[in-house]
Amino acid sequence: MTIGLGHYLAVAAILFTLGILGIFLNRKNIIVILMSIELILLAVNINLVAFSTFLGDIVGQVFALLVLTVAAAEAAIGLAVLVVYFRNRGSIAVEDVNLMKG
Amino acid sequence: MILPALFFYLFAGVCVASAVMVIVSRNPVHSVLYLILAFVNASGLFVLMGAEFLGMMLIVVYVGAVAVLFLFVIMMLDVDFTELREGFLEYLPIGLVIGGIFLAELLLVAGGWVMKPDAAKSITAAIPTNVSNTEALGLVLYTKYIHYFQLAGMVLLVAMIGAIVLTLRHKAKVKRQDINVQNARTPELAMAIRKVAPGQGLQDSDAAEWVK
Repeated sequence: MTIGLGHYLAVAAILFTLGILGIFLNRKNIIVILMSIELILLAVNINLVAFSTFLGDIVGQVFALLVLTVAAAEAAIGLAVLVVYFRNRGSIAVEDVNLMKG
Repeated sequence: MILPALFFYLFAGVCVASAVMVIVSRNPVHSVLYLILAFVNASGLFVLMGAEFLGMMLIVVYVGAVAVLFLFVIMMLDVDFTELREGFLEYLPIGLVIGGIFLAELLLVAGGWVMKPDAAKSITAAIPTNVSNTEALGLVLYTKYIHYFQLAGMVLLVAMIGAIVLTLRHKAKVKRQDINVQNARTPELAMAIRKVAPGQGLQDSDAAEWVK
């Protein structure tokens, strides 16, 4: 009943799938889509850290830290764009975002 | 030996369950709260694996910053979220099909996967056993990977400037303090001294200067 690398990889795989599923299910709600992207990045982080600790190589954790940075920056920019869009259009529905369609 | 396994299943189970609730919850505020729960449990998993620093970092960055940012934006935007949920069941079958394919592929890869025998030789920076996780991370992050570290800082700087530039706006109606104008104001500019003759009062001819 020891917990090995495979267990953590399975959790990460399930989280990744849930993130993908969330993007499909909430196609109109961009806030939940952003949250799903955060879930996907969390799954990536779990993968990196799992391999890092089970192989005994610290570099995986360095990269997990960088992924964390990018995730935080992405959330900040995404929400800023969302706020500006809401100010201009009064809506955040994804299907309204077709201003640049020819 | 049973205790780590027990905690693994606790953290993993709660993490996956709250991730499910993030994507199916009706109210986005509940989604964010479940997202926080998922991240806290993921950080428990990190601590179980032995990456304590990243576990704490996950709580600080995600729960402390990102989730609060999400909450703030959801509460600031006046959006009818029930309207945004329309079509949820419509997309459910295709989402389940694609998600199922993804999960099957990932689990197949994870299940039929073996370590290369000489993988141990390719380790770049082995985890030292005599120092804590935080110190071990710092020993490589500030020496061998200093450029990546600085690049991460640049990413954060660009994100910060970008978010400020995007959302900053000056309203024309709002009165703001202008220090230069205040300092340039002299007694001569600010007031007019009049000698009022007894019994006459101020004359109308002075009126243009009253409103200086």
